[in-house]
Amino acid sequence: MSKRRRILKASTITMAHGAGGKAMRDLIEDVFVGTFDNEDLNKLEDQARFDLSALQALGGQLAFTTDSYVVDPVEFPGGDIGTLAINGTVNDLAVSGAIPKYLSCGMILEEGLEVDLLRRIVRSMRKAADEAGVLIVTGDTKVVPRGKGDKIFINTTGIGVIPEGIKISAANCKPGDKIIVNGFVGDHGAAILNARGDLALEVELKTDCQPLHELVQAMLVVCPELHAMRDASRGGVATVLNEFAEASEVAIRLEEASIPVRNEVRGVCEILGLDALYFANEGKLVAVVPGDQAETVLQVMLSHPAGQHSAIIGEVIEGYAGRVLVKTGFGGERIMDMLVGEQLPRIC
Amino acid sequence: MKFVDEFRDPEMAKKILERIHRLADEISPAQEKPLQIMEVCGGHTHSIFRYGLEELLPEKIELVHGPGCPVCVLPMGRVDDCVAIAEQPDVIFTTFGDAMRVPGSKKSLQQASAEDCDVRMVYSPMDALEIARQNRDKKVVFFGLGFETTMPSTALTVKQAEKEGIENFYLFSNHITIIPTIKAILDSPDMYIDGFLGPGHVSMVIGQAPYEFISTQYHRPLVISGFEPLDILQSLLMLLEQLKAGEARIENQYKRIVPEGGNLNALTAVSDVFELREFFEWRGLGSIDHSGVRIRKEYSRFDAELAFAIPNLKIADPKSCQCGEVLKGVIKPWQCKLFGKQCNPETPMGALMVSTEGACSAYYSYGKIETKNIA
Repeated sequence: MSKRRRILKASTITMAHGAGGKAMRDLIEDVFVGTFDNEDLNKLEDQARFDLSALQALGGQLAFTTDSYVVDPVEFPGGDIGTLAINGTVNDLAVSGAIPKYLSCGMILEEGLEVDLLRRIVRSMRKAADEAGVLIVTGDTKVVPRGKGDKIFINTTGIGVIPEGIKISAANCKPGDKIIVNGFVGDHGAAILNARGDLALEVELKTDCQPLHELVQAMLVVCPELHAMRDASRGGVATVLNEFAEASEVAIRLEEASIPVRNEVRGVCEILGLDALYFANEGKLVAVVPGDQAETVLQVMLSHPAGQHSAIIGEVIEGYAGRVLVKTGFGGERIMDMLVGEQLPRIC
Repeated sequence: MKFVDEFRDPEMAKKILERIHRLADEISPAQEKPLQIMEVCGGHTHSIFRYGLEELLPEKIELVHGPGCPVCVLPMGRVDDCVAIAEQPDVIFTTFGDAMRVPGSKKSLQQASAEDCDVRMVYSPMDALEIARQNRDKKVVFFGLGFETTMPSTALTVKQAEKEGIENFYLFSNHITIIPTIKAILDSPDMYIDGFLGPGHVSMVIGQAPYEFISTQYHRPLVISGFEPLDILQSLLMLLEQLKAGEARIENQYKRIVPEGGNLNALTAVSDVFELREFFEWRGLGSIDHSGVRIRKEYSRFDAELAFAIPNLKIADPKSCQCGEVLKGVIKPWQCKLFGKQCNPETPMGALMVSTEGACSAYYSYGKIETKNIA
C-alpha cells in the first residue's frame, strides 16, 4: 500500500521550509517529489542507485557535469530558470556525445518566494526533463533569509553515457575543419536583456532554450569522428571558438555574413552597441567537423527540429594559433577576442 | 534590417573604396607622410574597427582616433569623485554602463559596487529619475556624461524633475562640449591633421555652423559623417575630393539625420539648464577652456557638486601612460609603452583601454594580428 503524500499548504517560502522539520517534508514531498515523480526519487533515500550493467550497455564512458543557474528575471519569454537548469545540464552532457540519463536538483530558495512561482518552475523542470528523456533522481533544498539570495538558485548535476568510439574534444580542431552552428545565435541573451524591462523595446524575443542531445546523436550517426563541440551558453559563440582555438592551437576564421542572427537580435545589438556573438544561448551548439563531411553533417542538422537554421560559419585555418578572426562583409578582417567581464552598453 | 543593411552593402563599399584608392594616389603620389584624417567621434572609431575598414584603405591614409569617446577622456580624479559620492550614506549612484569599469586612482565604480555601494547601470537619465521616484528615502545621483549627444536628454530630465518637484534627484555633470576640444587639437603644436570626420550624433544637436571656424581659421575640411560603414567611406571620399581640389569646407554626409541648423528644441533645453565652465580637465589633454558645462543657478538644487562633499582632486595619470599622445594622433595605441602589457582590457591603466570606443581597446580587441603580436 503506498503511503499518502504530504501536502504543502503555505503560499510563501519561510525559513521553516529549510529547517529539516515537517514544513520541509511538506515542501519536498508535495512540490518536488510530487512533480518529478519517478521510482528512484520516490524512495526518498539520501542517494540514487543505478544498475551499472544497464549504463554499460549504452557505452564505455560515463559523462558527469554540474552547473548552477541564477537568472533575473526567473521567468522570461519562452522559458524560466527551471527549463534552463534542465536543458543547460542536458546540453553540457550532450555535446560530449553522451546520452543524458540522470540529473540531481539542488535548490536554494529565498525566504518570501511565492510557492505558486516555485510550483511553476518545478513543473517546467519536469516538462523539460521529460522532453530530454532524463530522470531527476536526487535533490537538496536550502532556504536563505530574505535578501541573501535572489528568489531561487538551482544547481543541476547530470550523468550520461558516451557511446563507444566517440572522442569529442576542444583540442581536436584541425586546419580544414568547418565550424557549424545549429541556428540563430544570441536569442537567449537578447531575450533576457529585453525581459528585464529596462529598454522598453517593442520586440518579441524568446529564449532558444532546448535540449540538444537528439540533434547531437543524429550528427554523430553521419560523422562519428566529429572533432569538437560545445554548447554556446554564457560567453556565446565567440567564447567557445576562442576556447577551441586555444586548446587546439589553431586559428579560426569566421565569415560574418554567414552567421545566422535574427533581425530583432541585431536590432538590440545595434541600439546598445553589443555583439550577438557574445550573447548567451541555451539551445545552440558550435561543432567543428572535418571539412569533407561538413555538408553531410549540415544536411542532417537542417532536417532536425533543433537545427532548422544551421549554417557553416567559418573554418579552422593554419597560423595565428589561438586567434579567432572575423571576415567582415567588406572583406576586412578583425580579431574576435575573449570578452573581458560582461558586455556593457555604449554611451552613444 | 531596414535603414541599416542599405549602409552595409559590400558592392557599394567596393566601388567607393576604388575611388578612395584612386584619389589617394592622385593627391600625394610622392608624399612620404600619409594623409592624417581624424575621426573625432568614438562611435566612428568603433565602426572602423568593427567592420575592418582601416585595412581596406590605402596606406597613404592614416586614421587618427580622436577624443570623441566621453568615457575615454574622463580623468581619474573624476572617477574618484563619483566613487566618493557613491560611498556616502543613502545614495543610489546611477551611471551609463561603460563608465562602470573606468579606473579611478583607487577603484572603479564597478569595484565600489562590489564593496557595498549602491551603483546602478541605467540606459538613460530618465531611468535614473524613475529610480528617484521609487526611492524617495534615498538620494539618487545621475552621472551626466557625454558630449552634446547626451546633454539634451540630461537637461530634459532635470527640467522634468523640476516640474514634478522631485527632491531626491541630483546630477553630477561631467558633460563636455566638442567645439573647444577640436580647437585645442588644432592648436596643439605636436600634431598635424589634414581633415576631420565630424561627429554625427553631436551634429544632430548643434548643426553645421559651429564647425565653420575649422575651415575659415585653420583651413581644414570636415565632413559630418554617419556611423555605418558606407557613411564612413563616403565621408572619407568627400574629404579626399576636397583635399585634391585644395579646398577646406564643412560638408554634411549625414543629411538624413543632421539638419543644417541643428535641433533647436534640444539646444534650448541645454542652454536653459547648463552654462559653460571656465575650464574643464580632460584625460591626456589637460585643461581645456570652456569645454565642460555645469548646472545653472536656476536648477542648482539638483547639482550634486553643491549637495555632496566632492574631493575634486586632480590625479595625474601614471607617468608611462601615453593616452594624450594617442588621443592627439601623435602615436598609435600599440606604440604606447604600456599597450597590451601593463595596460590591457582586463587591467586598463588608461580609459582608452576601457570603453569599446576607446582607440586602445579597439586596437586590442579588434586590431590586426600584426599589431597584437607587437604587444
